[in-house]
Amino acid sequence: MPKTETMTKVFARPRSLTEKKFTYCPGCHHGLITRILGGAIDKLGIQERTVVVAPVGCAVFAYEWFRCDGVQAAHGRAAAVATGIKRANPDLVVISYQGDGDLAAIGTAETIHAANRGEAITVIFVNNQIYGMTGGQMAPTTLDGQATTSSPRGRDPATMGHPLRVAEMIAALQAPMYVTRQALYDAKHIAQATRAVEKALRYQVEKRGYSLVEILANCPTGWKMPPVKANEHIAATVTGVFPLGDLVDRG
Amino acid sequence: MTERQLMTGNEAMAEAAIRAGCRTYFGYPITPQNEILEYMAAHLPAAGGAFVQAESEVAAINMCYGASAAGVRTMTSSSSPGISLKLEGISYLAGADLPCVIVNVMRGGPGLGNIAPAQGDYFQATKGGGHGDYRVIVLAPSTVQEAAELVGLAFDLSDRYRVPAMILADGMLGQMMEPVALPPHRDPATLPPKPWALTGAKGREPNYVASFALDPKDLRELNLRRHERYREIAAREVRWEEVATEDAHVLLVAYGTMGRIAKTVVRRARGEGLKVGLLRPITLWPFPYAPIRELAARVRAVLTVELSAGQMWEDVRLAVEGRCPTPFYGEMGGVVPTPDEVLAEVKRLA
Repeated sequence: MPKTETMTKVFARPRSLTEKKFTYCPGCHHGLITRILGGAIDKLGIQERTVVVAPVGCAVFAYEWFRCDGVQAAHGRAAAVATGIKRANPDLVVISYQGDGDLAAIGTAETIHAANRGEAITVIFVNNQIYGMTGGQMAPTTLDGQATTSSPRGRDPATMGHPLRVAEMIAALQAPMYVTRQALYDAKHIAQATRAVEKALRYQVEKRGYSLVEILANCPTGWKMPPVKANEHIAATVTGVFPLGDLVDRG
Repeated sequence: MTERQLMTGNEAMAEAAIRAGCRTYFGYPITPQNEILEYMAAHLPAAGGAFVQAESEVAAINMCYGASAAGVRTMTSSSSPGISLKLEGISYLAGADLPCVIVNVMRGGPGLGNIAPAQGDYFQATKGGGHGDYRVIVLAPSTVQEAAELVGLAFDLSDRYRVPAMILADGMLGQMMEPVALPPHRDPATLPPKPWALTGAKGREPNYVASFALDPKDLRELNLRRHERYREIAAREVRWEEVATEDAHVLLVAYGTMGRIAKTVVRRARGEGLKVGLLRPITLWPFPYAPIRELAARVRAVLTVELSAGQMWEDVRLAVEGRCPTPFYGEMGGVVPTPDEVLAEVKRLA
């Protein structure tokens, strides 16, 4: 850390992030998650052997935000792409960064089977209960009754199903080493989520196997809520549907 | 001494891929190509490679996308309905300039169709298939020996031009056994380097692999550069075989299994004193327009024979451009015509 006569720098942009500006909306948790991931890559010293797999969606540019090799995957296919990279070169640390439409709707098969094979990859699953990039449509994770542009009268479980609990689904499999659900609505939870991301990556570096970190994120634009209110909504309501904590830790 | 083995086309293509330095294979069961998947499961790990039976053809082609991005020679194989599922991935491979070898052991279609030999996927293979403005190098073997040789060529061309390459075979070729002289083993470490590959940003700036460019001018530029390579491929890589074309009055054009049958037709026709020749395209894209055009000026008719309703026929007519009549003879649904049936058609023209 650079020092001057009177000040010490104790907080900086992670070295493994590029200078490229994020394209996320103000108040969105994606930027925070990217920063946490960058910090974890720094902490483990793996920037030079990490490959980031970016999804389709709001994080489509994710491969350009890390000072790591990166690849952009087709919608839903990130876990299969990550599998291909890891099998081709097991020395690489492979991170699949995906949203809920990508991972839990169109990519459900790839998600389940990569986890079931115990692919030694780290999946960062950003669950904001909505399709953000395309304008706020219903996601598999959308809450019962939640209004979206494609469920304007609210999600009706009778015809649209209930929110899909991905972490629980993955935790039912035998292979995954670490499955956890985290949130970012206050400093305490940001610190916990940071430790969870670090652990997930450490398990991959230690060649233990597959891990999935589900992060309950906000979408102030899609939810039509100011960021502070969106964070309160996660704390008060979303965590009731998607309980926080570690589901599997076989490390 | 050249090593010769009795193998099915499917086995020969799998072994040839390993010998060409393929070190990742991702597949999904579908008849009539299962022996490729099974051969890879049995032999690729011993060669130091990775084999994964994927959850779907969609997953398999995307695993290829990842492995190719990591700089390793990669292959998938399937048959017609499964190739339809791979088209999204093939479009992404093309858009990201990633090499990959895809084997299509064609069967009868459309839909579930059947498992008999057919050539109904010509349009799909040569005209894009997936979305966007892209090309795939398409190689069409007609014997087990040629299948083994073209697999190696497919890897080399795909790497050189950073364009996916497809082997367009059919159920007959995949299942038949013939003696084959296998190509020599190549050490992947001796293959040309891929400085664009994702190997970890150590001592260099990060490499990014994507088919994504939000600014229309950027995407246009990427497409223009890719089409520059397509033109180079069309200028340098057209391959075909001619049989008895020097004095032919009737020229047959046929590829793959149908090309092999057409050779027998030419032999029998010549035996009866009929001046019949054959042009057998080996590359379906790039298509041998120029040699067909040249021959069209000298013959009385160009007869296209296919196991389809007439797909390559369109390219033949583009090549001939009205220089002579261009009749068509085809079978569909997995029915393979006998040489005599084709010969009867030839006799009506000769």
